[in-house]
Amino acid sequence: MSGFRLYWRLIGASIRAQMQYRASFWMHSVAHLVDTGLEFLAIWALFARFRQVLGWTLPEVAFFYGTINIAFSIADAFNRGFDLFGQKVRSGDFDLILIRPRSTALQIAAQELRLMRVGRLSQSCVVFGWASWKLNVLWSPEWCLLLLWTLLGTVALFYALFVLQATLAFWTTETLEVVNAVTYGGVEAGQYPIALYRPWLREFLTYGVPIACVNYYPILALLGKPDPLGAPLWVGWLSPLAGMAFLGVALFAWELGVRHYRSTGS
Amino acid sequence: MSQIVVEGLTKTYQIAEREPGPWGAVRGLFRRRYRRVVAVRDVSFSVESGELIGYVGPNGAGKSTTIKILAGILVPDSGRCRVLGRVPWRERVAHTARIGVVFGQRTQLWWDLPVIESFELLRDIYRVPETVYRKHRDELVDRLELSPLLDTPVRQLSLGQRMRCDLAAALLHGPAVLFLDEPTIGLDAASKLAVRDFLWEINRERNVTILLTTHDMDDIEALCSRVIVIADGEVFYDGSLEGLRARVTNERRLIVDLEDPGLPLRVEGAVEIQREGHRRVLSFDPTKTPTPLLIADVTAKYPVRDLFVENPPIEEIVAQLYRDRER
Amino acid sequence: MKAYWSVFRARFTVQLQYRAAAAAGLVTQAFWGLLRVMVLEAFYRSAEAVPPLSLPEAITYTWLGQCLFRLIFLSPDPEVREMMRAGTVAYEMARPVDLYAFWLSRALADRIVPTVLRAVPMAVLATVFFGMQFPPSLGALGAWALALVGALFLSAAISVLLTVSLLWTIAGEGITRLVPAVALFLSGLYIPLPLFPEWCQPVFDLLPFRGLGDLPFRLYTGHLPPEAVFSVILRQWVWIGVFVLLGRSALRQGMRRLVVQGG
Repeated sequence: MSGFRLYWRLIGASIRAQMQYRASFWMHSVAHLVDTGLEFLAIWALFARFRQVLGWTLPEVAFFYGTINIAFSIADAFNRGFDLFGQKVRSGDFDLILIRPRSTALQIAAQELRLMRVGRLSQSCVVFGWASWKLNVLWSPEWCLLLLWTLLGTVALFYALFVLQATLAFWTTETLEVVNAVTYGGVEAGQYPIALYRPWLREFLTYGVPIACVNYYPILALLGKPDPLGAPLWVGWLSPLAGMAFLGVALFAWELGVRHYRSTGS
Repeated sequence: MSQIVVEGLTKTYQIAEREPGPWGAVRGLFRRRYRRVVAVRDVSFSVESGELIGYVGPNGAGKSTTIKILAGILVPDSGRCRVLGRVPWRERVAHTARIGVVFGQRTQLWWDLPVIESFELLRDIYRVPETVYRKHRDELVDRLELSPLLDTPVRQLSLGQRMRCDLAAALLHGPAVLFLDEPTIGLDAASKLAVRDFLWEINRERNVTILLTTHDMDDIEALCSRVIVIADGEVFYDGSLEGLRARVTNERRLIVDLEDPGLPLRVEGAVEIQREGHRRVLSFDPTKTPTPLLIADVTAKYPVRDLFVENPPIEEIVAQLYRDRER
Repeated sequence: MKAYWSVFRARFTVQLQYRAAAAAGLVTQAFWGLLRVMVLEAFYRSAEAVPPLSLPEAITYTWLGQCLFRLIFLSPDPEVREMMRAGTVAYEMARPVDLYAFWLSRALADRIVPTVLRAVPMAVLATVFFGMQFPPSLGALGAWALALVGALFLSAAISVLLTVSLLWTIAGEGITRLVPAVALFLSGLYIPLPLFPEWCQPVFDLLPFRGLGDLPFRLYTGHLPPEAVFSVILRQWVWIGVFVLLGRSALRQGMRRLVVQGG
């Protein structure tokens, strides 16, 4: 069985396992829906008071909010294995992964698909739908292609952050909460156009953790809005590549981590 | 040709010294102090096809480290090793497809899924063809009496049931070599027997080579024709169980149940080492005091209900071996 | 009384061990605070009418929320949650103390220690670098301090109620998962409450959560005059009384339920 098919086979098994805890599934889904609903309510409240922010309207910001949250909830749903990875290293259960004739990253990634993230996903889809309707977007084939490309880049970027955080567990037993600040802070930051932020943060979000590349620039292209910061529109077609590149780097770091683990046995 | 060849295997762990204070963890990411601990030092042995070997030693002696190197989990610092013609750590994927590994305290089954589903997932992970899978599965289910357990989620199994399922899981792909790390740890007596019987059977009938580490000397006595004893990372005995005994001591024990519990038991050439009710345990060296003469002597002097000769328990042999080594 | 005091001290020492976590939390909170402040600044720059809260007030309000996050955040006792999972909560019931008071003192300790560890460095950082302002008068500072005590007890009292809800397993899990986020929102930790539309204000007034964050914060910034402290405190302590009574009666029922189930 190919790696790809095996991945979905394992994911399917994890879904069947979760189905044994139906009550818990519904409760957590609703909770996620509420959590993210509140975030959007906060954005709405600011617009109710101020009407616009530096020329950006509520539907435009809602478009940002919707796309980044759709991508994040997808990445997060597939993240369980890496999320719990620190525990696996500390308990020695990672050895059980190493005794199987398959790629370690594949086995960890396929550990579980968290269905309950559907709460966040559906909420952000609703916001996205409302924003697209308000903004009269075109839904032309190339527009849809760019949208898909944007979402893919964002998912890849967030997934890369999860992989990197898990990789740190090979070197330190501390859980590094700071990485969460980057991941969750990144989602929060991506809910608004980066044009709102101070220059240092804009630069960090473009060249450090390239959330702007998978979010701000392609969304400008999707909305056909000229960049108040001056970047040409074609940048948005190119920049989601940064997410893929980041994932590549993260997977490379992962392999280094596995090598380190196997030579130190820590 | 030998199935497993190990030559001069050495593995040192670096234990990071944690720095205290709120920034210790962060500083530790960049600069660390280490303490070196030798886990395995210059270990060599080779294993022929179909052997069943007990790998014995106290905690921290390097048993698990050796198993982890042989299973392809760890890379040693130096030394050579081939299992089924492959270097385990260099070709991890190809290597692990041909071996089976069981860790006594962990399960590789899916916690929330019925046992049979775990088996099917392992079939896909190991790329076992359907017909081969069916044949192996049916045989294992039959031998380990798993059929009543197959539809039970793993989390609801007892430890003994789970170990039986884990044994089956490790053998579904028909490995030629099986490594077991403490397979009977924590099991009840009946499950221990079931595990031992099963290992004995697959070793005899399917010619699976087995290397097992254990604390339980009964496992060794029941199963292993050959024992490798390791302490402080070094092998210091490799041979038969009888040879191990002979090397440490010639001691035999004569257990005598007397008619009269009050009598002291005194005979030439033997020492009383235990007294409990009617029972007396005498220790003697058969090269100096031949067993038949001793028995004749005892029965002539005392009214005896029953008597028999025993080897000293293997625990004591191994403990003695460690003591000798310390000296 | 001595029993509760020693519980309190034990918790204090436990929490003190997590200094690395506290340091990491500080960085996280600073980052989040900065993000919120930048968003607020952008909105204020686009303001067409004068907002009901000035920008410096809104910024100070936001940083206070980051500083006092652990005090305001409602969460059930992690130990009781563990006991419910492990099925050993009956031992807790068997303690020869007033269980409610025992849980309340644990809740207070679990709020004070992390708050002290995080709030002080965070406040220094925010005041020096990130535009958090001092209270306009000593009166405002005193009023805020009094209201903060009320917020602490209110947070602890609601948290104990959440702890008690765990005795109803599934429902408890749901409640303890949902209430904290909603409460944060309604205390003004997402967006300062005065910035919400006018028609929302009476709704916030009717709910207990305003007393956790919004009212003390506004006393600090001077948005509410120091004299308002009396009505703030009255409001807080009425709610505290309500939650203590609710908590005690729920605990009685929950224990009876456990005894019936033999849990």
